[in-house]
Amino acid sequence: MAMTMHVDVVSAEEEIFSGPAKMLFAPGVMGDLGILPRHAPLLTRIKPGEVRIVTPDDEEQFYYVSGGMLEIQPEAVTVLADTALRAKDIDEAAALEAKERAEKALADRSGEIDYATTEAELAEALAQLQAIQRLKKKLGR
Amino acid sequence: MAVGKEIRTKVKSVQNTQKITRAMEMVAASKMRKAQERMAASRPYARKIRNVIKHLAHAHPEYKHTYLQDREVKRVGYIVVSSDRGLCGGLNANLFRACIGSLKEWDAKGVGIDLCAIGGKASGFFKRVGGNVVAEASHLGDAPAINDLIGTVKVMLDAFDNGEIDRLYVVYNEFVSTMAQDPQIEQLLPIQAETEDDYAHQWDYLYEPEAKEVLTDLLTRFVESLVYQAVVENIACEQSARMVAMKAASDNASDLIDELNLAYNKARQAAITQEISEIVSGAAAV
Repeated sequence: MAMTMHVDVVSAEEEIFSGPAKMLFAPGVMGDLGILPRHAPLLTRIKPGEVRIVTPDDEEQFYYVSGGMLEIQPEAVTVLADTALRAKDIDEAAALEAKERAEKALADRSGEIDYATTEAELAEALAQLQAIQRLKKKLGR
Repeated sequence: MAVGKEIRTKVKSVQNTQKITRAMEMVAASKMRKAQERMAASRPYARKIRNVIKHLAHAHPEYKHTYLQDREVKRVGYIVVSSDRGLCGGLNANLFRACIGSLKEWDAKGVGIDLCAIGGKASGFFKRVGGNVVAEASHLGDAPAINDLIGTVKVMLDAFDNGEIDRLYVVYNEFVSTMAQDPQIEQLLPIQAETEDDYAHQWDYLYEPEAKEVLTDLLTRFVESLVYQAVVENIACEQSARMVAMKAASDNASDLIDELNLAYNKARQAAITQEISEIVSGAAAV
């Protein structure tokens, strides 16, 4: 039997492929890669494109990935696919947005946490919950 | 008969409340199942990426990334993951209590704190009590996409890169079981890689294009995936906590209805008895 390696294609939100393969093609940032079993350890970023996997019974499977990371070990290959299109400026814009949201919310309050009041408030909330529990027990007597 | 009209209306109103809590219970139960599936689906990625990081710790890269280096703590960052909505028992209150306890310790040491609120309840809480919230994300819905979190996480990562914070934690509820959720405080940065010594030989990856870039990408994704995992797990917790809380509310309503019905029947019986005795004594007088 031909040599195989274990291939996993996963994204943050789900597992896409997991199983043995004879060969794998992926679009690396420095050029396309064709990977056979017993490849040297390699870590690279991949471009948006197609990941092609040749299974042991010579079937080909295609997956589209919008970029991600590729980790290669002699016996195993892992494709960590991104679910989102990533670009520096898009990330930057998202970060700014998150900051703005916080600043807007922050506008009318101080930066210091008053631990005493906070704990008192939390204690009150928990006491209420306990009271409800007790009431429930009493009702169910 | 106009006996116990107030009691009847009270029973009606409790019944209406019960209808709502029962519906919420069922909705939460079905959402919980989906949330649990989502939680399971996002695990392989976190496991794989953790594996790669473990390999990295074994390999001896010529380049040491800042995310992997411990440094003196002058300021810390906290990402607090909460639910968007209430009516889920003590879930958020317990989480905030654990969080405040840990913040207080840092405060006692004179360490500054930056906060990042995920979920409406966390931003509302810190709005009330104060705290330096530098980033915020809420209304993520039941099926959050990792896109929604990238910006928020990046604010904290940038702060770490620029030396504004020296440690980053995430606070969320761990899903133990349907009945139990456990507030967790986990350190994100610097990344604590597990090291085993059973690797005899030393090796390193080939990096394309460059070690620094590739590592930054990888570690950023790792932190994002951990935060995403925390958010998804918190949603599963929220739904199960809500289911349990609503079930308790429905049960309480049933008990209350039973008691009110008993009171109503007693009042009715008393009225009938009184009427009969009035008729009998009236007939006897004739």
